[in-house]
Amino acid sequence: MYDGGKIITGLLIFVCLFTSPFWYDISSKTAMEKPTPVLPANQKECVSTVSFMLSDHMELLNTWRYEVVREGKTYYTSPSGNNYKMRLTRTCLNCHSNSSEFCDRCHDYAGVNPYCWDCHNKTQNLAGK
Amino acid sequence: MTITRRNLLKMMGITALGTAFGKYLTARADSPVARVISKVFIENPRSQKNRSAQKVRLAMVIDLRKCVSDQGCTKCIDACNQAHNIPNFGNSKDAIKWIWKERYEDAFIDQENFYIKEEFKGKLVPVFCNNCDNPPCVEVCPTQATFKRDDGIVMMDWHRCIGCRYCMAACPYGSRSFNWRDPRPFISNINEDYPTRSAGVVEKCTWCDERVSQGLLPICVEACPEKALVFGNLNDPASEVRRLLKDNFSIRRKPGLGTSPEIYYLV
Repeated sequence: MYDGGKIITGLLIFVCLFTSPFWYDISSKTAMEKPTPVLPANQKECVSTVSFMLSDHMELLNTWRYEVVREGKTYYTSPSGNNYKMRLTRTCLNCHSNSSEFCDRCHDYAGVNPYCWDCHNKTQNLAGK
Repeated sequence: MTITRRNLLKMMGITALGTAFGKYLTARADSPVARVISKVFIENPRSQKNRSAQKVRLAMVIDLRKCVSDQGCTKCIDACNQAHNIPNFGNSKDAIKWIWKERYEDAFIDQENFYIKEEFKGKLVPVFCNNCDNPPCVEVCPTQATFKRDDGIVMMDWHRCIGCRYCMAACPYGSRSFNWRDPRPFISNINEDYPTRSAGVVEKCTWCDERVSQGLLPICVEACPEKALVFGNLNDPASEVRRLLKDNFSIRRKPGLGTSPEIYYLV
């Protein structure tokens, strides 16, 4: 092998650089932890089961959007039989009043950037109305 | 090319067969082919036959005789702007217009009479999205972001709007406005109950669909101190709008274009 030393050294440097994010993550004390969204303290149930909301809340919101805007519907019946108005600001934020402690924690972790709040209002003033 | 006797007879036979077959396809008025043909070639979009056959066809009647008396009144516009978070960009080029005012002669540009009632001459009249029964904006929208609801409201799904502005080109009334910038900083007093829009989205009056869905009247109708705006179901013969149209002479904006605007002005 010609220039074997140079090639192997080069390869080693490349592998080290390429995997450096992993080494950094393992060695650093600020390693990513599982996100801890703050759940509303005074509420027992959401508009659906926790496991469904965890995995499918985006689908649910998409369905609400479709039904409200395109089909003119207003109410959603939860699996437990309660009726909820299909509204992001008034219904969701009524309990999850702090979106930066709830929505953003997981979204930041997962690296997704939904643009709900470009138009919908994040507000504290509507709670309970 | 010369035509032999044999080929001529062949062609005549094929022509006869084709004619007979075409006649067979279109003989019944409800056959699919006949329907396509009548849709494409025969139906006149201006014909009243094509109007919504739905149970509800919402419409608005505006009594201009009441409205023009106070030229300074902008109560309907103010109420709408406040309810729907309409920004004020500070220049007319970028203005977002849901309800605005036009001179009578400009609003009803195809009224050919040179001599019009003195009370309307040069007066400002309120104009809206006409929520047409045959809306050209819906026809051209490539994403179905704008569509006609069953009750006739021409609705906007702002989630879907890609900002191509075809609808603005198609609308003969200038009822659609485009957000060239993020409108949020330009809304003075935000109504937190209603979403704002984002940059790159077209918006227009939707006759307060959010209120109509709850059984309420549009906010402009409620805000009008003269009660000049009346809103109701045109397909209900007992409705207030039908009564007004029956008893009064009404005009619409550019009816000749075939869009079937659903705002009727009593003059």
